[in-house]
Amino acid sequence: MKAFTARYGAPLLMILPSLILIGVFVYGLLGVNFWTSMTDNHTAAQASGREPSAFVGLRNYIDLLLTEDFRHSLANLVLFTATFLIGALAMGFVWAWLLERPMKGGRLFQTVYLFPMAVSFVASGVVWRWLLNSNQGESASGLNRLFQMLGIGFLQNPWWNNITFGIMAIALPAIWQLSGYVMALFLAGFRGVPDELREAARMDGASEWQVYRLVIFPQLTPVLMSAVVIIAHMSLKSFDLIMSISSASAYQTKVPAVDMFVFKSGFDYANSAAVGAFLLIIIAFLIVPYLVQQHRSRTR
Amino acid sequence: MSTASATAPADVPAPSPAAAPPPRGGLPWARALRLLLVLIGVVVVLIPVYVLVITSFKGQGDASAARAWALPQAWTFENWTQAWEALGPSIGRSVQMVVPSTIISAVLGCMNGFVLSRWRFPGADIVFTLILFGMFLPYQAVMIPLMQMLLDVGVPNGIPSLILLHVVFGIPITTLIFRNYFESVPHELIESATMDGAGMLRTFWHIALPLAIPAFVVVLIWQFTNAWNDFLFAVFFSSPANGPVTLALNNLANGALLANYGVSMAGALLASLPTLVVYIVLSKYFLAGLMQGSVKG
Repeated sequence: MKAFTARYGAPLLMILPSLILIGVFVYGLLGVNFWTSMTDNHTAAQASGREPSAFVGLRNYIDLLLTEDFRHSLANLVLFTATFLIGALAMGFVWAWLLERPMKGGRLFQTVYLFPMAVSFVASGVVWRWLLNSNQGESASGLNRLFQMLGIGFLQNPWWNNITFGIMAIALPAIWQLSGYVMALFLAGFRGVPDELREAARMDGASEWQVYRLVIFPQLTPVLMSAVVIIAHMSLKSFDLIMSISSASAYQTKVPAVDMFVFKSGFDYANSAAVGAFLLIIIAFLIVPYLVQQHRSRTR
Repeated sequence: MSTASATAPADVPAPSPAAAPPPRGGLPWARALRLLLVLIGVVVVLIPVYVLVITSFKGQGDASAARAWALPQAWTFENWTQAWEALGPSIGRSVQMVVPSTIISAVLGCMNGFVLSRWRFPGADIVFTLILFGMFLPYQAVMIPLMQMLLDVGVPNGIPSLILLHVVFGIPITTLIFRNYFESVPHELIESATMDGAGMLRTFWHIALPLAIPAFVVVLIWQFTNAWNDFLFAVFFSSPANGPVTLALNNLANGALLANYGVSMAGALLASLPTLVVYIVLSKYFLAGLMQGSVKG
């Protein structure tokens, strides 16, 4: 025992506080949350513990899935994530490709592309709310006004005020903020391809395009995977942007993260917890395979 | 970076010789086309900045839709003074929140990263993976019990709660960055000391800590930006009266019946200045951390 303390006491002491905190705040609370989501804790009196809550099993989950309202949130989440993911990956990839070879001012351009990442979603939401103003014609401002000035007025649209596709407009600022990050990932990927590989392909008579398509792009697959996981998980959690551009009560832009907040504000803790659990399950489908794969590559 | 609530794994590279640049090249027209496309990208990225700046200097009468994209007719600081009056106190509270939470979570992450990279106890990799999961955790899935727990324990709403939360939920990302950093440091550098328990503590204090300064810079930038920009925890654990600047800004922009874009845009710029300054001044670290990171297959 003494030998054990002498050998492992110090490292244990260094790591134990964090392990306890993560154990309680992540895994412990996840457990409590699952419990709450399976009770009938729907009122303020129950939320504050003045009245008891009873176990109802998966009732809340089923009820949520049966309401049109929540299904609309899920549909919005899919649309938003698809737009955000495709937009940010395409933009980030193209920028990285453009800046991959040294050019004058390359570092400055990288800095510009990446800077939106340093800004909060709330702050960028302020300006994007103005840009995505739904007024058209005479009273148009924001992007709609810009379209008129550029002679492409037919592009004017109600942005996030469209009932079905409005959520895709909210993905625009998200793309604006994260494309630079995707660019940074891909740039690192490009730089990771050994020059000898490119040279060898050129020696074999490959055209510049073939060098990219057959040699370099395939090497970027791991980066692409990381980028997909990072952007998709951020997208699934999106809350700040929607709250600052639209509002919690707007039907056209609601997603589960917003529903969770609305339920909580109405002291419906059981449904709030259930929506949170839905989010966890959705994200787990994305993250767990990724973490397992990373874990394997570490232990290999 | 938010930017992003918990965003991304960024590994810090150990000092290593810079890779040789790839050969310069391309035909002149290809190079010109490339520059043109890059510049178009720059314009697109900077459009919101242009709007923010011009609108923040416009007077009340200058805000008509027809002049939406025009420069101010008369430049005025009125919006900035109003925004400062509205946001000043909350900016102070954000500082009080960000400084301790950033430092504490960096120290915890450094200890964890060091131990996890040196001490191969059985299951070390599983423990690491379990910690990492916290980085991707949707906080919505713990929010309700979290509120009840902090209430039961008696952690006051506002800045104290937020410091605790940013420390706890910062552990995964800071641990990841430090662990990867220590992994990349040549082992001979650290393993000179004997590896019994006390030796480990000594090694940590005298060798690992000074060696880890580059990782500290990256972690501090990352945590500072995340905590400063956080909105989710702020909404659940504070009010505009005792919360950070993001909450006050959102309140300023969306709270008023008649949105005054001049004031809210000045406010948005004010609220973003600290993270922007850090980003611009330390962009080398910022980029290095991001670029080298996440490329492990």
